[in-house]
Formats: sequence, C-alpha cells, structure tokens
Amino acid sequence: MSEPAISLQRKAYLKKRKQTKTAITALRIGILAALFVGWEIAARMGVIDAFIVSSPSRMWNTFMNLYRSGDLWLHVGTSVMETVVGFLLGTLTGTVIAVLLWWSEFLSRVLDPYLVVLNALPKTALGPIFIVWIGAGPSSIIAMTLAISLIVTILDMHNGFLDTDPEKVRLMRTLGATRRQILFKLVLPANFTTMINALKVNVGLSWVGVIMGEFLVSKAGLGYLIVYGSQVFKMDLVMTTVLILAAAAALMYQCILWLEIAMKKYMGVTV
Amino acid sequence: MFVQLVDVDMTYQAPDGEIDALRGISFGISDGEFVSIVGPSGCGKSTLLSVIAGIEPTAAGTVTVDGDAVTAPSSKIGYMPQKDQLFPWRTIWSNVTLGLELQHQNTPERREHVRELLERYGLAEFIHKIPSQLSGGMRQRCALIRTLATDPRILLLDEPFSALDYQTRLSVSADIYSIIRQEHKTALLVTHDISESISLSDRIIVLSKRPAAVKAIHTLEELTEIPPMQRRDHPAFRTYFNIIWKELDANV
Repeated sequence: MSEPAISLQRKAYLKKRKQTKTAITALRIGILAALFVGWEIAARMGVIDAFIVSSPSRMWNTFMNLYRSGDLWLHVGTSVMETVVGFLLGTLTGTVIAVLLWWSEFLSRVLDPYLVVLNALPKTALGPIFIVWIGAGPSSIIAMTLAISLIVTILDMHNGFLDTDPEKVRLMRTLGATRRQILFKLVLPANFTTMINALKVNVGLSWVGVIMGEFLVSKAGLGYLIVYGSQVFKMDLVMTTVLILAAAAALMYQCILWLEIAMKKYMGVTV
Repeated sequence: MFVQLVDVDMTYQAPDGEIDALRGISFGISDGEFVSIVGPSGCGKSTLLSVIAGIEPTAAGTVTVDGDAVTAPSSKIGYMPQKDQLFPWRTIWSNVTLGLELQHQNTPERREHVRELLERYGLAEFIHKIPSQLSGGMRQRCALIRTLATDPRILLLDEPFSALDYQTRLSVSADIYSIIRQEHKTALLVTHDISESISLSDRIIVLSKRPAAVKAIHTLEELTEIPPMQRRDHPAFRTYFNIIWKELDANV
C-alpha cells in the first residue's frame, strides 16, 4: 500500500499551524528581550534611576558576585530545601488527616468547624508564634509553610475522597471488600488527580510560606536576601533575588508536571 | 428454591422520618432461572438487590441463597452494577481479577478459570489494555467476567444496560444473556425497560411504587426457549408488554 497522499488543504493547515507556533515562541522571547534591553538602555540614558530600579547589567554583576562567593547556592539551597520539605510534609500530612476524616464521619463532623476557622485564618499571623515556640531557624519556616498548605490540602483531599463514585463503592462492597481495601484499592487511586493538584497548589503555597518565614526570621535564604537587600538599600540584590526566585519556583513547578507524567506512565493510565 | 425471600421489609432511617422502601416482599428463584424485576423508577428495585447482595440489612423477613441466610456479602452472589464500573487505572486483567484479589482467592486455579472465560468470550487479546481502549459492549462483557471470576451461583444485574445507546443495548443484552446461559448461572435482573425484561427472562416480577410490594408475577412459558432478539417478533411479546405496561401505569 502506498502512502496516502496529503491533500493541499492538509498541507496548508499544517503550515499555518507551524507558523503560528513559531510566532508564539518568537514573541515570547521577544517580549522578554525587549523588556531587558529597554530596561538597560533606559537606565544607562538616565531615564530611570538604576540605583532604585537596578538594571540587567547590574543584576548580572550581582548574580556573578553571589555565584563566585558561593553564597548563591547557600541561599537558593536553603529556600529550596525549606520549600520541598514544606510541600511534601504538607501534602503527606494533609492526605493522612483526610484519610482519617474519610474513615470516621463522626470525627470529620466533630472537626468541621475547626477546619473552617483555621482555613479562614490568615496563616501568616501564626508566624511570630512559631518563632517563639520553635525558635528562629528553618524549623519555624517549615512550620509556617505547613500552616499555609495543610488545611487546604485536608479540605481538598477529603472532598475528593467523599466524591468517589458511590456505584464503585457499592461494587467493592458486594465483592466483600473491607473498608481498608476500599481505601487502598478504590478511594486513593481514584483520587490520584486530586493528589497531583494538591501538590501543584502546595508548591505555590509553600513558596509563600518560605518567603514569609524568611522575612520574619532567617540567616539565609532568598527571602533573607530580599529583606537584607531592601534594608541596606541594595536594590540590585533585591531585584536579582526576585528573578532567581521566579526561576526556582517555575523550575519546581515544572518538576511536579514531570512527576505527574512519570506517575501516569507508571500507572499505565491517563486518569 | 435456590433464592428465597420471605416477607422482606426494608426501611431507611432519615432525620426527618422513616422511608419504607420494601414491604412484605416474597418470591423464590429456582436454580438456573433468569428472573427480571420491573417497577416504576425509584420504587426500590436497587434496594432489593442490595438486600439480596447482603450490603443492606432487612428490617424484617428473611433472605436465603442456596439454603444460607444472607447477612453479609458472600462469594455465592455476584453483582453487576449500572455502567461497567471498570477502574480506569487498572488493566482489563487486573479489573476482572478484582474480586479474587479482594477475597484473597488469587490462586493459580482461579486465574486459570478467568483466563478461560476471557478466552471463551473473545477478550484474551485485550488483557493488557485499559478500559478506555475498549468499546462499550466489550467493557460490559469485561464487567460480567469480573462478576463471574469469583464463581458466584447467582448474578444480580442492576440495570446493567441502562447507560448504553439503544442499538448497543440490544446486542449487549443478548450477548450477556447468552454468556449467563452458557455458564449455567441463575440471574436476577433489575430493569425499568419492559421490552428488555420480556426478551431476557423466564419470569418477570412486577413491583408497585414505593414502598415496593410484589404486584404480579408472570411466567413467560411460550417464550423461554426463544433467544432474546427473536422474542421481540413473537405474538406473545406484545401481550405481555401490554399487561405489564398497564400494571406499571396503574400505580401512578
């Protein structure tokens, strides 16, 4: 059998599609480049005050200084470690508590008003309390990230568990499944997507917790650099750190997307 | 009688009162018989199946299957739900062996039995596929094999064809019917489709609206030897249809 001939319309369609894609990529890079070039030129011509808003070349120098002194990895490493520990702990603890609430409807009804109030409370208000109780250090910062991500995770996961198709639960029961089997063989796998979504949300929330925590108390970390930079009026340092932070957060989010794809592949199914 | 219900009552407790679901239900099913239950929607047909499956307790009366009183789910009873309810994260093979896994009966002999069933009903080549790669009819067949895997004596079919379009529904119900007959299983089908019940059953039990009670029982003597699709052309088909239609209609 010969290859089916591609129709002219198909050719035109494919060409158009490719052109659009190229245009989008080019524009994305173009916007970023224009922004940085414009920023640099404006700063050099004195249109804007580089002391206040910094400039790409000054940020590059700051970045290289951080890199050469070895401080870069210290600060990035500290913040990344706190964030990863925070969101893993938040997601795991949240899932475990959600399982307990699913297991005992009684417990879930008892705790409901507490969860509602804790969910409404701005968790940053707890920061000073953690510092007094736990001490000034990474532990307080991780506690902060936990406080921010935990309650949302519990609520989302618990809702996901309760939404498990009742017909599937019924099927499991007629097959003689125990509650434990219903949990591990139906409820948890059926909520794989809920869990991945919780992870995605928690990555963002953990960064909020870490930066907030580092603002309040820290000796290292990206949040520390930002606060320190603004206090000594080194705006170059502040702007550079914000850019590093953006890159680190984006990369971490991308890692979760990769993890999601890998997990789906491992499970062999697009859930 | 293989399955026997005697004066079965069932009530649901709710904060604002009691809901009578079943009242004084008595009937029997003999070994190898195919019985349908028809009734107006919401009359408690599915509740009746839950009671026989042992997942809902009765308020009064007794249910026995093969001489044993039903108090909890048993491997003698196989349940086939509305829609196929195959788990999308499992392959066909691990879907059809779900019951064996849950009952800790995943032995080589049992697996061999499942393999034979898959072979016999043309699914052997799909065991590594996932449910979404199969057609609706094939998924339904998988759901039946999942039920047959634990070797139950009676199959409880809870409107298993209701999610299919009309065309598929006719062929799938004939397909499922022939598998059940070939495996010599007793079957109890719940449906609200009168034609479906006449084309598949040996006997039809008509329920009243809630609280459900047995309103009539029809034995389809002249139809039982005829395959499902041909039954629809038999003169008796119309007659039964009209009788049951009136019985259901009178409830409104």
